Amino acid sequence: MIEFLQGVAGGLGDGSVYALLALGFVIIYKSTRVINFSQPAFMLAGAVLVSYLVGPLGFYLAVAVGVLVTAMLALGVERVAVRPMIGKPVFAIAIITLGIDIAMRVVVNGFIGTDVRQVGDPWGLASRPLLGVPVQERHIAMVLTAAVAVALLFAFFKYTRIGLAMRASAVDQEAALTQGVSVGTVFALSWAIAGGLAAIGGTFVATGAGADQQMWIIALKALPAIILGGLDSLEGAVAGGLIIGVVESLVGTYQADIAPWLGNNFAVVSPYVVMLLVLLVRPYGLFGTREVERV
Amino acid sequence: MTTTPARRPRQLSGRPRFYTSYAQQLRMFNTRPKRVSVGVLMALAVLVPFYVNDEVLQLLAVGFVASIGAIGLNIVTGYAGQISLGHAFFLAIGAYTAAALSGDPDERTIGFGITNLLVWLPAAGLVAALFGVLVAPLATRLRGLYLAIVTLGLVFLGEHIFKEWSSLTGGPGVGRPAAVPELFGYRFDEGGELLTRDQQLYLLMLVLLAIFAVLAFNLVRSKVGRAFSAVRDRDIAAEIMGVSLRKYKTLAFAVSSFYAGCAGALLYTVAGFFDPTSFNLLMSVQYIAMVLIGGAGTISGSIMGAMFITLVPRLTRELPAYVPFIAAEPTGVPNVFQVETVLYGLLIIGFLIFEPRGLYGIWVRLRNYWKSWPFSY
Repeated sequence: MIEFLQGVAGGLGDGSVYALLALGFVIIYKSTRVINFSQPAFMLAGAVLVSYLVGPLGFYLAVAVGVLVTAMLALGVERVAVRPMIGKPVFAIAIITLGIDIAMRVVVNGFIGTDVRQVGDPWGLASRPLLGVPVQERHIAMVLTAAVAVALLFAFFKYTRIGLAMRASAVDQEAALTQGVSVGTVFALSWAIAGGLAAIGGTFVATGAGADQQMWIIALKALPAIILGGLDSLEGAVAGGLIIGVVESLVGTYQADIAPWLGNNFAVVSPYVVMLLVLLVRPYGLFGTREVERV
Repeated sequence: MTTTPARRPRQLSGRPRFYTSYAQQLRMFNTRPKRVSVGVLMALAVLVPFYVNDEVLQLLAVGFVASIGAIGLNIVTGYAGQISLGHAFFLAIGAYTAAALSGDPDERTIGFGITNLLVWLPAAGLVAALFGVLVAPLATRLRGLYLAIVTLGLVFLGEHIFKEWSSLTGGPGVGRPAAVPELFGYRFDEGGELLTRDQQLYLLMLVLLAIFAVLAFNLVRSKVGRAFSAVRDRDIAAEIMGVSLRKYKTLAFAVSSFYAGCAGALLYTVAGFFDPTSFNLLMSVQYIAMVLIGGAGTISGSIMGAMFITLVPRLTRELPAYVPFIAAEPTGVPNVFQVETVLYGLLIIGFLIFEPRGLYGIWVRLRNYWKSWPFSY
């Protein structure tokens, strides 16, 4: 039982990081109808920035600066490579983001080198008992941070003027444009928010084991999460991220005993299996808007 | 009473775009310059192995095989409009089917010892096509980027399976021998008296590419190809006109996977050995890059793109001699491998922003410029 609860707790921790990354995907998708495949590069960039800044600035300030810089980076990328493509097929834009990802990751990897970079977080691998279950402190921090970030985001979308503008242009870009919403600002802001979220996520992924060149693959696990939740649902992204995290963690705990024929490290690809199964039953995810075609 | 027989449609000289029948317009080489230039190109391609060294020949042979794979991806993505990031998965299935069929039964990896090219090549294509048909139901239910993500998941699942199934693949870091290119007792991968090994492989791949390209060209200018384009351009309109989305999406995936399977089977016969970790997301992206850089929705563009992407690494290898700050060895920063990968990314971005029709589009612009030279139009 302890083993199961420990698995769930660890899964919720990792899952809240997936949720942050998934939120980035969904926010960009809602405003521009594009899946931003460069999210892994931003995640990696954020973590590496923090690992360089943590020496002079200390962890918390380093994270804040890392988030800001990554957000600016995302803003710049949107301006240079994505803005000229407005009105072109979304497929083309998605592939552009894939190109950005590849090019940017090589540059970031250059800063990582062959070693593992530590982000110098205060938690390490220490655990503390929570309701009788030993839980890693970093997982508790992940859940709390994600909860705060999600609450702030939802409040931002609900109560601020620009949040309202973002929701409006997500529903109907042209109608929002005619009401005086600057859709360009909305695009830029959604990329910046996604970049910032990716940086937070990256930092948390790098707590514990540190950041290496293979870390980017973790950001792609947010893709099953957003498919699970539905591409255009913020709540779905959070729920999907948590589900994927828990599933992955439990598969990691039990698969070696129950189904050893699935091979080592099956947990790493289990999110994709879940995604395929869910899509066969619900093609638009659990919370996604069903596309209705009218002719 | 006699009726005058219908006049044979003929081409007016100097009026290349003036067609008097549909058949004329749909002909494979609908203008004389096309006929001549393709003929000259083929003749040159046959002569190349006698003037170029073996290293370049190997590269060109791999480029021809990659062209077959790129044509496959172009059928599903360029013509039928279904975004597939899972091409590496289908290439892997073809590669392992062929390698297993033609492998040595006494080796540590699975092998059945059927080395005839005419057996393992179609078999590799068919097994890959089978998997394509299995994936297709997802494609008929999903649209656009949902499909892209699902096919991306396929690559990760495939990578896991091939890494773990070491009795088939040899395991990561070890690998297994590739398929044996043999035709009725003649080994293409062993140098003969007349031709060296690489010359033989080059010519074999050239012939195979020509066959696959002609087949693909015939497919896309037929009813099926027009149905693909209809699905791509507006799926609802296509459905209303009686184009069954399920049928044609399934067909597109099947044909594309067949091509991918054949390309995968041939891809490593030149190098002779391959590793399960090669079939990763980067490989899928390379094929996407071939299609986009060459020109989506064109067969000649696929070939141009594939040759281009295959030759880029060879060209970047030359860079350290001219650009002093680029290191040739993998330990330096920035080194040629990093430059190469960055170049893939930047080329994709650049082409999509500035020339969405790819190399084919550049060629069309050049042609149109000279067609009316010295006048601007």
